[in-house]
Amino acid sequence: MMDISILVNLIYIAASILFIVGLKMLGSPDTARQGNFLSSSGMLIAVVITLLDQSIIDYRFIAGALLAGSVVGYFAATKVQMTSMPEMVAIFNGFGGIASLLVGSAEYVVSSLNNPALMGAIYMTVLIGGLTFTGSLVAYGKLSEVISGKPFLYKGQQFVNAILLLAILIVGINMLFIQGMISPNQTLILLITLSFLLGILFVIPIGGADMPVVIALLNSFSGLAACAAGFVITNNVLIVAGSLVGASGLILTNIMCKAMNRSLANVLFSGFGAVSDTSTGTGEEQGEVSPINAQDAYLILEAASSVLIVPGYGMAVAQAQHAVRELGELLEANGAEVKYAIHPVAGRMPGHMNVLLAEANVSYDVLVEPEDVNPIMETVDVCMVIGANDVVNPDAKENQGSPIYGMPIIEVDNSKTVFVLKRSMASGFAGIQNPLFFKSNTRMLFGDAKETVSTLVSEFKG
Amino acid sequence: MESQIILLIFILVLSIFLGVELITKVPSTLHTPLMSGANAISGITLVGAILSSGSSEIMTIALGTAAVFFASINVVGGYLVTNRMLGMFKKK
Repeated sequence: MMDISILVNLIYIAASILFIVGLKMLGSPDTARQGNFLSSSGMLIAVVITLLDQSIIDYRFIAGALLAGSVVGYFAATKVQMTSMPEMVAIFNGFGGIASLLVGSAEYVVSSLNNPALMGAIYMTVLIGGLTFTGSLVAYGKLSEVISGKPFLYKGQQFVNAILLLAILIVGINMLFIQGMISPNQTLILLITLSFLLGILFVIPIGGADMPVVIALLNSFSGLAACAAGFVITNNVLIVAGSLVGASGLILTNIMCKAMNRSLANVLFSGFGAVSDTSTGTGEEQGEVSPINAQDAYLILEAASSVLIVPGYGMAVAQAQHAVRELGELLEANGAEVKYAIHPVAGRMPGHMNVLLAEANVSYDVLVEPEDVNPIMETVDVCMVIGANDVVNPDAKENQGSPIYGMPIIEVDNSKTVFVLKRSMASGFAGIQNPLFFKSNTRMLFGDAKETVSTLVSEFKG
Repeated sequence: MESQIILLIFILVLSIFLGVELITKVPSTLHTPLMSGANAISGITLVGAILSSGSSEIMTIALGTAAVFFASINVVGGYLVTNRMLGMFKKK
């Protein structure tokens, strides 16, 4: 008996090491794939050794659920389109959260209530797990456009949130110290309900353009929920793995906030975009836009010796990444230097554009970050802005009244010529007017991004 | 019991600091795979779920089995999709 538990813990230590090394290796493109493999090996040995635990008396349910879950996971992972990756990660986060909630609840129904430390751990597990679950579902809904991506704000929102937090606090006090106000089962059901409600109310006011922050944060929460579950069942590997994920999610959240020059509190509570119509700039004389057709654009591109492609969410929506890659290759064959400038918050999750371009076989060493290209922007002949808007908005530098003032942008307006591929003159996701479109060196290429790029490609093939 | 909790908190604090040190310098190219890879790791709650699912109490079995189902989607799906994405990152 003793020997088995020592063995189990040794294996858990090995699994923790594999997670740590694997996560470290995920930080570099050359080693990332092996890193993911090491991390998954750590998971495998942790699960296998747990199956040998002597307290398990019936394997039928475990086997059935493991099999069913693995099949669902396998099909989801192999069938998902790369453009839908943000939704996918969101829903997986949610499943991690609900699993932790269920583990916490399963312990609660069999444990002694007179143990404040254990009750505290269960409380945290259920609360974080529940809010991660419904928060992720709402994020999934917004990303897949089942529900509106617009920030949802209503009168008395702060008040409702305050009442909810108070209720959660009271349930906690009852669970930890009093245990008399309502029965244990009622307490659990109430706590689960409140945590679900918290997750919904937490994500619903946040606009679609802020989703990179929310997904990173929910990612962190799913780790913290697992970590709290580790306290419930006093299991080290859950605590180590969970807190690693918690920390990495928080760092990504921070990177995303910095890329938007906003604080986390501002992202979570401001309902960004919904209030931007009160800002200055809407009444200003913006001037005329200069449209251009694909044939003329081709002539300029043909003469260009350096081209910078700036993709945004619009490229994903139009599924234009393969056509863009083909155009990039033709430009290179024509003697131009082609780079892709990717803003950290372009798209709907951190690194979204990089994944789409990687899928289209764009080499990752031509993907550059804003701070790499901004200093040499004057030397760029043509910038092609494909479905990006807010991340190239000069108002972020020039207009102090703009809601995005101070956000680091890709300064395409400093290049010699800017092509903006856009469906129409409608404003971007944040609902802000973009003066870039009215600059004298900007030409608008209206229409579906994929069609426009394909036309340019056929011009080159000529 | 108390010394055990202190030990767990000790592990928690060290792991958080370790996590912060590990992740700080990740190129933005890898943010999506890092996130989905980390997400798969958070499926470690599967270990707890398995123990609950194999117990003798009917409620614990029910809740634990549901937990095993969701956690294994998280683990299997998370690792596979990360691997699929990373397979696309190529240098010419």
